[in-house]
Amino acid sequence: MDCYTANWNPLGDSAFYRKYELYSMDWDLKEELRDCLVAAAPYGGPIALLRNPWRKEKAASVRPVLDIYSASGMPLASLLWKSGPVVSLGWSAEEELLCVQEDGAVLVYGLHGDFRRHFSMGNEVLQNRVLDARIFHTEFGSGVAILTGAHRFTLSANVGDLKLRRMPEVPGLQSAPSCWTALCQDRVAHILLAVGPDLYLLDHAACSAVTPPGLAPGVSSFLQMAVSFTYRHLALFTDTGYIWMGTASLKEKLCEFNCNIRAPPKQMVWCSRPRSKERAVVVAWERRLMVVGDAPESIQFVLDEDSYLVPELDGVRIFSRSTHEFLHEVPAASEEIFKIASMAPGALLLEAQKEYEKESQKADEYLREIQELGQLTQAVQQCIEAAGHEHQPDMQKSLLRAASFGKCFLDRFPPDSFVHMCQDLRVLNAVRDYHIGIPLTYSQYKQLTIQVLLDRLVLRRLYPLAIQICEYLRLPEVQGVSRILAHWACYKVQQKDVSDEDVARAINQKLGDTPGVSYSDIAARAYGCGRTELAIKLLEYEPRSGEQVPLLLKMKRSKLALSKAIESGDTDLVFTVLLHLKNELNRGDFFMTLRNQPMALSLYRQFCKHQELETLKDLYNQDDNHQELGSFHIRASYAAEERIEGRVAALQTAADAFYKAKNEFAAKATEDQMRLLRLQRRLEDELGGQFLDLSLHDTVTTLILGGHNKRAEQLARDFRIPDKRLWWLKLTALADLEDWEELEKFSKSKKSPIGYLPFVEICMKQHNKYEAKKYASRVGPEQKVKALLLVGDVAQAADVAIEHRNEAELSLVLSHCTGATDGATADKIQRARAQAQKKRKPQPEGA
Amino acid sequence: MAFPHRPDAPELPDFSMLKRLARDQLIYLLEQQHEVDKLYKVENKPALSSSEQLCFLVRPRIKNMRYIASLVNADKLAGRTRKYKVIFSPQKFYACEMVLEEEGIYGDVSCDEWAFSLLPLDVDLLSMELPEFFRDYFLEGDQRWINTVAQALHLLSTLYGPFPNCYGIGRCAKMAYELWRNLEEEEDGETKGRRPEIGHIFLLDRDVDFVTALCSQVVYEGLVDDTFRIKCGSVDFGPEVTSSDKSLKVLLNAEDKVFNEIRNEHFSNVFGFLSQKARNLQAQYDRRRGMDIKQMKNFVSQELKGLKQEHRLLSLHIGACESIMKKKTKQDFQELIKTEHALLEGFNIRESTSYIEEHIDRQVSPIESLRLMCLLSITENGLIPKDYRSLKTQYLQSYGPEHLLTFSNLRRAGLLTEQAPGDTLTAVESKVSKLVTDKAAGKITDAFSSLAKRSNFRAISKKLNLIPRVDGEYDLKVPRDMAYVFSGAYVPLSCRIIEQVLERRSWQGLDEVVRLLNCSDFAFTDMTKEDKASSESLRLILVVFLGGCTFSEISALRFLGREKGYRFIFLTTAVTNSARLMEAMSEVKA
Repeated sequence: MDCYTANWNPLGDSAFYRKYELYSMDWDLKEELRDCLVAAAPYGGPIALLRNPWRKEKAASVRPVLDIYSASGMPLASLLWKSGPVVSLGWSAEEELLCVQEDGAVLVYGLHGDFRRHFSMGNEVLQNRVLDARIFHTEFGSGVAILTGAHRFTLSANVGDLKLRRMPEVPGLQSAPSCWTALCQDRVAHILLAVGPDLYLLDHAACSAVTPPGLAPGVSSFLQMAVSFTYRHLALFTDTGYIWMGTASLKEKLCEFNCNIRAPPKQMVWCSRPRSKERAVVVAWERRLMVVGDAPESIQFVLDEDSYLVPELDGVRIFSRSTHEFLHEVPAASEEIFKIASMAPGALLLEAQKEYEKESQKADEYLREIQELGQLTQAVQQCIEAAGHEHQPDMQKSLLRAASFGKCFLDRFPPDSFVHMCQDLRVLNAVRDYHIGIPLTYSQYKQLTIQVLLDRLVLRRLYPLAIQICEYLRLPEVQGVSRILAHWACYKVQQKDVSDEDVARAINQKLGDTPGVSYSDIAARAYGCGRTELAIKLLEYEPRSGEQVPLLLKMKRSKLALSKAIESGDTDLVFTVLLHLKNELNRGDFFMTLRNQPMALSLYRQFCKHQELETLKDLYNQDDNHQELGSFHIRASYAAEERIEGRVAALQTAADAFYKAKNEFAAKATEDQMRLLRLQRRLEDELGGQFLDLSLHDTVTTLILGGHNKRAEQLARDFRIPDKRLWWLKLTALADLEDWEELEKFSKSKKSPIGYLPFVEICMKQHNKYEAKKYASRVGPEQKVKALLLVGDVAQAADVAIEHRNEAELSLVLSHCTGATDGATADKIQRARAQAQKKRKPQPEGA
Repeated sequence: MAFPHRPDAPELPDFSMLKRLARDQLIYLLEQQHEVDKLYKVENKPALSSSEQLCFLVRPRIKNMRYIASLVNADKLAGRTRKYKVIFSPQKFYACEMVLEEEGIYGDVSCDEWAFSLLPLDVDLLSMELPEFFRDYFLEGDQRWINTVAQALHLLSTLYGPFPNCYGIGRCAKMAYELWRNLEEEEDGETKGRRPEIGHIFLLDRDVDFVTALCSQVVYEGLVDDTFRIKCGSVDFGPEVTSSDKSLKVLLNAEDKVFNEIRNEHFSNVFGFLSQKARNLQAQYDRRRGMDIKQMKNFVSQELKGLKQEHRLLSLHIGACESIMKKKTKQDFQELIKTEHALLEGFNIRESTSYIEEHIDRQVSPIESLRLMCLLSITENGLIPKDYRSLKTQYLQSYGPEHLLTFSNLRRAGLLTEQAPGDTLTAVESKVSKLVTDKAAGKITDAFSSLAKRSNFRAISKKLNLIPRVDGEYDLKVPRDMAYVFSGAYVPLSCRIIEQVLERRSWQGLDEVVRLLNCSDFAFTDMTKEDKASSESLRLILVVFLGGCTFSEISALRFLGREKGYRFIFLTTAVTNSARLMEAMSEVKA
């Protein structure tokens, strides 16, 4: 194992730093990096190069070119820069490229060189031009800080939600600061700047001078400053070649170092790992790289080529024209295992496993040794952890093999950590692949989370890999596969060279009914790309009509939207479309559309009934729906019209409509009503009292009650009131008047068409037994019993019933026999019954 | 009396959860969100409240919006500014917002929704309290509430697990069912894996069986509804019942021990039962005599309260019975029932027609007359043209010409139609049935066309044996079948269909009936694997009535449940009866 630690460099007593190659870059750069504006995104993100940024000539051949590469140097995009001169480049947290122009405009590009949007950093910046700019990352997103030509700072802490903040003036600042940086503390962005020997901290309210504690004397200028990845630490490089390292709050010094190089370094970045006690900064000059920490000596590397440093969460990436390397502190677990002559349990376990493979008995000895110390669990854990930090799959494998070997000798070792590490490494190795080019370390991956990694793969259009990862990790479909497929589909619809049909079919084939995929979202994207037809085709696959309709409306496919809304069965949705249509189409077309959609039509009619009566009429008119038109006018004659003339006119229109509808009955009834109305009006004029709106029956009754018998009869004749009704009517009215004399006269006027039982009933209702008895005698034989019972003559009723030999009548009478008074009658009936039964009984036997 | 359930009858699910849910939501909305402290009924008159904020809790109807708009605009004219909130229940409709906008007050009010759809009126009865459903859907062809039904079913299945067996009949039932299924699919996973608590669900459109709803009710609960009108599970007993000078609002549900025993009984038994009960009660009171001090103490502290409570209830129901008797046992009522039975059995049609005519001529009651006409029409497949004209003419003369519109409504709903001469009918019928089978036309709601709807009641009645053959007297004390709810004369069609389908677990063998009901395309069964459902849950059946159900139907199915060891749960858009149906169809002068 000796050779394995060959690239380990000790810094002080406790820490090793190692640098290993991630990729050899084959990006074929023609320029030196120093001739380009460079920006590389953290978390193994893409690299943007803007070539010839400073040439001002207009000739097309020398126009700046913006190239975007993956971390492995695979070209992702290349475009000719046609906008204004660029001061600074930077990547946002969403891996969007922010290009800050001299005029303060910030242009945002996607990973594939697609222009997204632009925003301005304000008028002040526009006037004074941009001198320098930094893109920085905060909890909220990505921020932009700008130093203007007037030596003022403007910043926005989140470009997603642009709020420009102009920082206060630094008193007496005449020239540009020698160095500056954006700091994020307590969720607020500050600016730290150095002017000569002084440091100033700008927050949005004030500018305060600050002094780093324990700064060596004799500093006349700060040449470089570096903030750590987490904004916790700060390093300052002075013109004396002295480096101060401390907390970003400037309250505490961690260490210092004097490198005796007075030349300003090209870059200085922090190189520390989370939860490690070691602090180190990496300083790069033209040809020299130095790792400096809390140790008297530094680690020095020679740079063969022009290089660029990218600070990461747990180290520094260094890329040049030919290589891409990673420099970091060796993690504790690896150190324990690989340190020369290490007796750590992990180291022994690794050794044991190797011997085991060689089929050597030494394996047992090593194992025993660990077990005797009771450190096997720890050994396995160490191996698993160390595997995570190794870049070479071979080494990962042998460590995992050792872990797995050790596990065999443990009773209860929870398998999760091992399984998860295997899965994570598999994912990591896949994305680290040269073709993918995302050199994430294990710590970065854990910080980033799998969701974000998937998003980044999607952003790189690496859909198959993303899906494979989802399936491999068995992520729930909605979060995993469906989401990626939806993204893929959204990308697919942008492929202008493929026909609508093919795109729609391809999308449906892939997506099918995958849960959580919203076809309407994809369709909306297609519409956004100007492919309306495709959008409509895609919407066909959307199972939820509610989702289809709004987009169809937006695309002005209102008629289609209408039928979809109707299919959905959601009336509210239908209504939304209807009102949309009403505004969009002219009246005629609108009505025609409704005509073909009965459900929509009935819905609209409902609305009109309450809100737009005239429209309702037009609707019926258009359909030649005379029946409904008639009903409409009838209703109008009650509700809308007050004057008799108006009401009669409305009824006349109604009657005409009914005739057209071939509904003669309704037409006649309406005409009768017109006559009646006119007549009632006349009656009111001549007799006074209230007649209007009474029914015919009530009108006649009112006349009789008022003693206008002649008029009543006239009316009955005019309106051909049937005899039966007239008799009922008169009977009731006269009884109400208690005009018994007239009633008797009336009863004798001719033979009653309703019989005489009603007379008895009505007299009894008025509690006039005397009158009732008069009529009881005239009741026909079938109803005689009832009549007699009504007047309370039970005995006679019994006689009649017995005479009739009617069983039903007999029991009816019997049920009216009460108590002692009718005892005799009851007996009589019982006897009659018995007799009747006797008579009847032999019959069936005989027959 | 009050037959007990079989010992193996399943337990009913606990619906009090729904009540709590609704109450908490409402309290939250009113108090927390809108700081409401006093409630008024929305009536068409100016609001007298002087408070700074008005909050309206309304159904999403255009009429209500106009009322609110008139209030707001009146305030504006008076130069008064207050805050207005409108809470829509169960949901907000776009049309309502439109009206607010057109009335120019959209900016002045803020809107909210109270998604309340299920009110548990009793242990086995859930009501959506949407009486307007009937007119909106069956007359106006407005499908807005179907979504609400689907939402309600969805809520039930999330609370009580999925339903393994679904049956339904009727166009609306099918639409509601499909919408509900869509909802379930969208929110997949929630109900999956839950154990079903309710084994069957049966959806039924009211227009499948108008006949039952049009009959006079003679079981106690139905009679109380017909006579006093039960509203939201409670009834106002007037002075004639309470035998005091005050009216009394009484909750009618299973908690009322006396009512619970008589609610499903034929009225002829109720009085006897109550007097027996009264005697028992007296006997229990009488035990006081001869008690020593200690026993008396016990009696007073433990039993007296219960007895007093029972006494109070008993006297109330006796009062109600007397009041009903006074109204119903007159000659008229018996004649009426006789006529109804004749119509159901289909004999003496002429006599019945003249009875109806007399009914109209005597102006007995516009709603009753209308009900009889409809009953005649449906049982006879429409009136013969001569009767159709003359009855309508008589009706208009008696009750006023505006009912011309009522007739047009009834015709559209298929409740009162004219027999068309043979040829044209078959021609039109075949045309319509072709249209209906055509899938595109299946969506035509105007297929409400009365012509398409021959009720075929006579044939159905024969097929399903709805008129029991009775030898001798039908013993109403010990009923044999569901016909007891109509004095043994008629088994409610809706209940019979449910019974038949449950027996077969499908519509198989009922094809002819379904065809006669004009529901060939709207009868469906959907079974899932039953391995998860316990045998207990499989004997719980949720019956959903779209357009309302009557207490008679509830009683009949409760009876069926007792016979077969099922328990039925009822979900209805509203509890209805013949008068409510007729009123929903009537046009009255504004």
